Amino acid sequence: MTAVAADAVVLRPPDTVASRILRIVAKAPVHLVLVFIGVLWLVPTLGLLATSLLAPSSFNSFGWWKILSKPSLATWKNYHDIFQNGPITHSLSTTAQIAIGGTVLPILVAALAAYALAWLEFPGRDWLFIAVIAMLVVPLQMALIPIFSIYNKLGIFDTVLSLVLFHTAFGLPFAIFLLRNFFVGIPRDILESARIDGSSEARIFLRLILPLGLPAIASLAIFQFLWTWNDLIVALTFGRTTQPITVAIFSQLGEFGSNIEIIAPAAFVSLAIPLAVFFAFQRYFVQGLLAGSVK
Amino acid sequence: MPGRWRGPAVALGFLLPALVFLGVWIVYPAIRTIIRSFYDRDGTKFIWIDNYKSIFSTPTITTAIKNNAIWVLVVPAMVTAIGLVFAVLTERVSWRLAFRTVVFMPMAVSLFAAGVIWRIMDQQDPTRGALNAGLQVVHDEFSPPGNLQGASPSETTLTGSAKTGFVLKTPLKPGGVALLGLTGIAPEAVPKGAQQAAAPTPSSNQIGGVVWRDFKPGGGTPGKVESGELGLPGVSVSLKDANGNGAGSATSGPNGAFNFDGVKPGDYHVEIGAANFRAPFAGVSWLGTKLITPSLIIAYIWVWAGFAMVVIAAGLAAIPRDTLEAARTDGATEMQVFRRVTVPLLAPVLTVVFITMLINVLKVFDIVLAVAPGSSQASANVIALAMWRTAFGGVNDFGVGSAIAVFLFVLVLPILLLNVRRFKREA
Repeated sequence: MTAVAADAVVLRPPDTVASRILRIVAKAPVHLVLVFIGVLWLVPTLGLLATSLLAPSSFNSFGWWKILSKPSLATWKNYHDIFQNGPITHSLSTTAQIAIGGTVLPILVAALAAYALAWLEFPGRDWLFIAVIAMLVVPLQMALIPIFSIYNKLGIFDTVLSLVLFHTAFGLPFAIFLLRNFFVGIPRDILESARIDGSSEARIFLRLILPLGLPAIASLAIFQFLWTWNDLIVALTFGRTTQPITVAIFSQLGEFGSNIEIIAPAAFVSLAIPLAVFFAFQRYFVQGLLAGSVK
Repeated sequence: MPGRWRGPAVALGFLLPALVFLGVWIVYPAIRTIIRSFYDRDGTKFIWIDNYKSIFSTPTITTAIKNNAIWVLVVPAMVTAIGLVFAVLTERVSWRLAFRTVVFMPMAVSLFAAGVIWRIMDQQDPTRGALNAGLQVVHDEFSPPGNLQGASPSETTLTGSAKTGFVLKTPLKPGGVALLGLTGIAPEAVPKGAQQAAAPTPSSNQIGGVVWRDFKPGGGTPGKVESGELGLPGVSVSLKDANGNGAGSATSGPNGAFNFDGVKPGDYHVEIGAANFRAPFAGVSWLGTKLITPSLIIAYIWVWAGFAMVVIAAGLAAIPRDTLEAARTDGATEMQVFRRVTVPLLAPVLTVVFITMLINVLKVFDIVLAVAPGSSQASANVIALAMWRTAFGGVNDFGVGSAIAVFLFVLVLPILLLNVRRFKREA
C-alpha cells in the first residue's frame, strides 16, 4: 500500500501542478470577464443605495460613488425622515397588505382548482386546462376598463380588497398551471390507497396534496409575493388614496432632482424586502421559474 | 345524489372559486373590452372600427407602436443571447453561484424600482451620472479637455475659432516673435504655475512667441505684454509654413514663452491648436428624447438577463456530458462544440426564453414610467403605456383605450395559440 502511494506521489505531482497552473492561466480571461460583468451588474443597485445615503445638497454636487470620500458624505437622515413620513410608512403597510392578500388568496383558490384538474374526473377537464393555459398570456390591459367600471358600481374602488381580488384573478392562470403540473406528478398509488380507505376528496386535498405540494406552493408563494409587491399598473389604475410604495414613489418622480432624498431611500426600502425574500428562498424561486417559464 | 354525477359535482366544488375569479375578472372583462372597443368614448354610440383607425392616426400611439417594434426586434434576441453567453461562461467556473446570484438579483426587484435605479445611473452630468462618468474616463483618455476653454483672442490678428484653433494672420520670418494674446479666461481658470508673461528673444533660426492672458485688473492695452499679465503655460502651439504644412511644434513655459528651433528662411504662421480649447465631456443625454428607448432597453436587459441565464443554465446542465465529450474526442474545437452540439440541443430552452421575453416586451410598462423624465415620456411611449394613458391618464377615452388593449391582445394571440398547441402535443 505504502509503495503504491509513494509511486503515486512521485509520478503525479509535476503533472498536476503544471496542468493546474496551465488551466488557471488559460481560464484567467474568463474569470476576468466574469468579474467585470458581475461588477457591472452590481453597480446600479449599489448606486441607488449610495444615493439614498446622500444629503440632498451632496446629491446636486457629487456622484454617489464619492460617498466614501473623507469626510464621508453618508447620512442616515434620509432614512430617518422617510420613516417619519406618514404617506410613505402608510404606503409600505398598504403594500404589505396587498402582497400578503394577493399571495394567500390565489394560492388557496389555485390549489383547489389544480387538484381537480390533476386528479378528479369530470367532463371537459382538458378543455378547462387549455383555457387556463390560454389565459396565461392575456394582457391585464384587457380587463382594466371593465373592472374599473365594475369596481365603481360596487363601491370597492380604491380599496386594498379590490387590488387583492384583481391580483388573485390574474395570478390564477400561472398558479393553476404550476400547481396542476406538480400535483400530476404525485404518485397515483398514494391517492388511490387513501380513496380506498374511504377518505373524502376534501380530506385527501388537505392531508395529502397540500403537504406533498409544499415545494411548488413555496415557489408560487414567492412569485405571487414579488409580483404583487412590485406591481405598479394595477394599483395606479384602481387606487387613489390606497397607494402601495411603487405608486407613492411614482407620485414623487415629477420632481426627481428635488425629491431625491425621498425617492432614493423609499425605492431602496421597496426593493430591500423583495431582495430579502429572494435571498432567503432563492432555491424555490429558481425552481418555480424553471417549472413555469411559459408565462 | 346519483353516483354518476357525484364525481363532477365534487370537482365543481373544487373548481368554483377559480371559475368565479377567471370568469368575472378575466373572461367577462375581455369580452366587454372587445365590445367596448367598437363604441365611442362615452360608450353610447356604435362607431364600428373608428377607434382602431384612430390608433393608427394618433401620433402618440403610432410612436408607441414604433417603439414597441424596436423593443420586440432587439430585446428578446439580446436577452437570449446574453443569457446563453453567461450560462456557458459560468458553466465550468467554481464561483458560478455568486456570479449567477448577482446577475439574477434584479429579477426580484420591481421593474419600477429598477427604473429609479437607472434614472440615477443615466443622469447626464458626468459628475452625477455613473454611466457618463465611466464614459468620461474613456473620453478624456483619448481627447482630454483643453486648459483654455472659453478663451478668445484679444486682437483680430488671431483668426479662427475654438473648434479649428486660432492662427496668427501676420506672417513671421525666422527671428520673429508671435504675440498671442487671449482673453476670456477667469482668474481661477489660469493654469497653475503661471508667471508674469514675457516674450522671448529668438535667434535668427528660431521663431519665438508668447501666449498670455492679455488682461489685467483695469484692462490694460490689448496686444501688448504688460506688467501684471500672466503667461499661459502648457499651451501647445504649432508652426505652419507658407504651404500650410507643419514645420514644428512647441509648448509654452511658465511665462507663456515658446520657441521653434531650426526654422529655415521663409514665411510662417503660428497656430494655437484646437485641442487647447476643447470643452470637457458634457455627458451623453441618455434620458433625452433621442436615446431614451435605447436607455430603457439597457435597463430592461439588466433586469432580465439573469432570468435567461438561469433557465438556459438549467438546460445546459441537462445536456448529457457524454455527447459533448464525444464531439471533443472526435476533434471538434470548443467553438464547434458550442455551435454544432450545445446550441442545437438547447434550442427548445432558447425558444422558451425567447417567447417569454417576447410576451414581456409587448407588455412593457413600469420601467418607462420610472426612467423617462416628463420631457421624454412621449418619445419613450409603448403600447401598454399608451393604452393606460388613453384610458386613465388624462385622455380618459375608454373607446380608444379598449381598442389599444385589443390590439395588444391580438399581438400576443399567436403566442397564446403556440402555447396551447404545445400543451396539446404534450398531453
